[in-house]
Amino acid sequence: MRGMKLVSAALIAAVGFGMVAGTGCTANNGKRELTVINYGEYMDPDMIEKFTQETGIKINYEEALTPEELYTKYKSGAIEYDLVCSDGYMLQKMMGEGELQEIDINAMENKGNIGQKYWDITSAFDPGNKYVVPYFWGTLGILYDTTRVNGPVDSWDVLFNGDYKGEIIMQNSMRDTFMVALKYLGYSINTTNPDELRAAYDLLVAQKPDVQSYLVDEARDEVVAGNAIMAVVYSGEAYLGHEYNEDLAYVVPKEGSNIWVDSWAVTKNCKDMDAAMSFLDFLCREDVGMANFEYIYYSTPNDAVVAAMDEELREDEAIVPSDESTANCEVFVQTDDETTRLINDLWKDLKSK
Amino acid sequence: MSECRLKKINRRSFLASPYALWIVGFTILPLIIIFKYALTDGAGAFTWDNLLSIFSDVHIKAFWFSIEIAAGCTIICILLAYPMVLAMKNLGLGRKGLSMFVIILPMWMNFILRILAWQMILSNNGILNFLLGKLGMGPVAIANTPAAIMVGVVYDYLPYMILPIFNAIMDIDEDLIEAARDLGAGGFTVFRRVIFPLSVPGLLSGIVMVFVPSMTSFVVSDILGGGKLQLIGNVIEQEFTVGYNWNVGSGLSVTLMIFVLISMMFTVKQKSEGKESVIW
Repeated sequence: MRGMKLVSAALIAAVGFGMVAGTGCTANNGKRELTVINYGEYMDPDMIEKFTQETGIKINYEEALTPEELYTKYKSGAIEYDLVCSDGYMLQKMMGEGELQEIDINAMENKGNIGQKYWDITSAFDPGNKYVVPYFWGTLGILYDTTRVNGPVDSWDVLFNGDYKGEIIMQNSMRDTFMVALKYLGYSINTTNPDELRAAYDLLVAQKPDVQSYLVDEARDEVVAGNAIMAVVYSGEAYLGHEYNEDLAYVVPKEGSNIWVDSWAVTKNCKDMDAAMSFLDFLCREDVGMANFEYIYYSTPNDAVVAAMDEELREDEAIVPSDESTANCEVFVQTDDETTRLINDLWKDLKSK
Repeated sequence: MSECRLKKINRRSFLASPYALWIVGFTILPLIIIFKYALTDGAGAFTWDNLLSIFSDVHIKAFWFSIEIAAGCTIICILLAYPMVLAMKNLGLGRKGLSMFVIILPMWMNFILRILAWQMILSNNGILNFLLGKLGMGPVAIANTPAAIMVGVVYDYLPYMILPIFNAIMDIDEDLIEAARDLGAGGFTVFRRVIFPLSVPGLLSGIVMVFVPSMTSFVVSDILGGGKLQLIGNVIEQEFTVGYNWNVGSGLSVTLMIFVLISMMFTVKQKSEGKESVIW
């Protein structure tokens, strides 16, 4: 059966070659390439083309749905990524595992476009601003139908006081939903105190009968369609919700919330640091920042872009959250393993109630 | 290699080599990896804990709920599929007919899209409540309940019950039925003594093909259950995606696999007594 073995060998070779070819090696025959991973629909595709036109560096663009999926894809090692874009706590986790390279942020030509406020926020998980460059940011808050509420909505209380029984949508995401309860109780969203986490859990269990559903992407659409009066959503989603239905409004409750900053970082796999830095610098440029903003409509940390946008947009709380609304907000940081396990168990218990 | 030896190569086994590669790469290797995770803890030491974790309160509850959904779905599918197949037979609608096409057609569309469509139909302000409203009936709150999940799985897996039963019943020799009638059997007796026993292999295939996937599904319960109801599939998915606990996730997967294999062995044993079924 030598023939068969030959064919098998050829097939294995072919599959193997396919895998190697797919890894997007950074330096092959002098042609410069970067392999990046980002969330889906989180960059204007024209900008990727533009970067290649300007610099001759090819971008292999990969996507992931959630920070967890991105991490799993990265860790599997099937593809060697040069640059990753993710939430702060995920980048912090990777930093802790030694997966990221320090970068020289001060050498970036367009560093000044990113407001100092955002460098301060990211320093919560990147002390001294050595690893990450802010990309987009926002808050978590309540999107609600102004025609169907019987009073002002400015506190997480509306989700827990029973007034909107069966009309509430919570995030189907462990940390986001615990965050809401923790903030309502006046605790830190990064608490490692088991008693505080259990108190939040008890509150969420009591709330569960009033919750219509736990959703992620569909949360906004359900409020737009009038299936629910309010939903806990990200600010960017809220802006689009308002575009679809003018009666909807977004608020960051006064107790505070989570402020998230998706940022870019360079992995330890990257061998062409120059190319990576020119890509990061490119993303911070005003015209590129504007194009990406108009594609995504999340809050941009790029002050030059904010200054250049229409007044109406600039005054929209979902696009440019005011300093007052973010005053009580916190950034998620990576919790220790024990706390993560406790939250995970409590979340599983909550879902099975 | 001489020409004569070349001829000896069995063409069929040669053509099977891509499939063999596929099986090794995408079935056997992943299984080995799952077992490795299932039998080790986070630090890599051997443990039975992951397999035994099925007995924790949360897991056992999700497991029972999965069995309830799967059993209910299977029974409803049988009750819907059997009369339908008999009707198709009596009306002389054969394999090439439009009715078969209609049954198979939805399977050409992505199933997540179809489940999302059900979400639109069943939601509070959805199409169902709109129609009920037009008929002067009150709105029903079916969204995000076990009933909604049941609708989803029944809708999704009904073709897998209809097809094997249909194949089994269409294969029954018409002469057998005529002979039974000639010997004085009434309609019900013909069904009870001839048609039903001969369709059992198809029925068993249908049960396996509906029970197993409906028990292990998690997307339907996520979308139509609004994230409030957990099947064992959801628990496993959570362990992998948000919990980072691949060991427990794998342990639960292995337990589920063992359960499924045991129930399948039971049906296969039953089947070997009858005629080999067509689809399975």
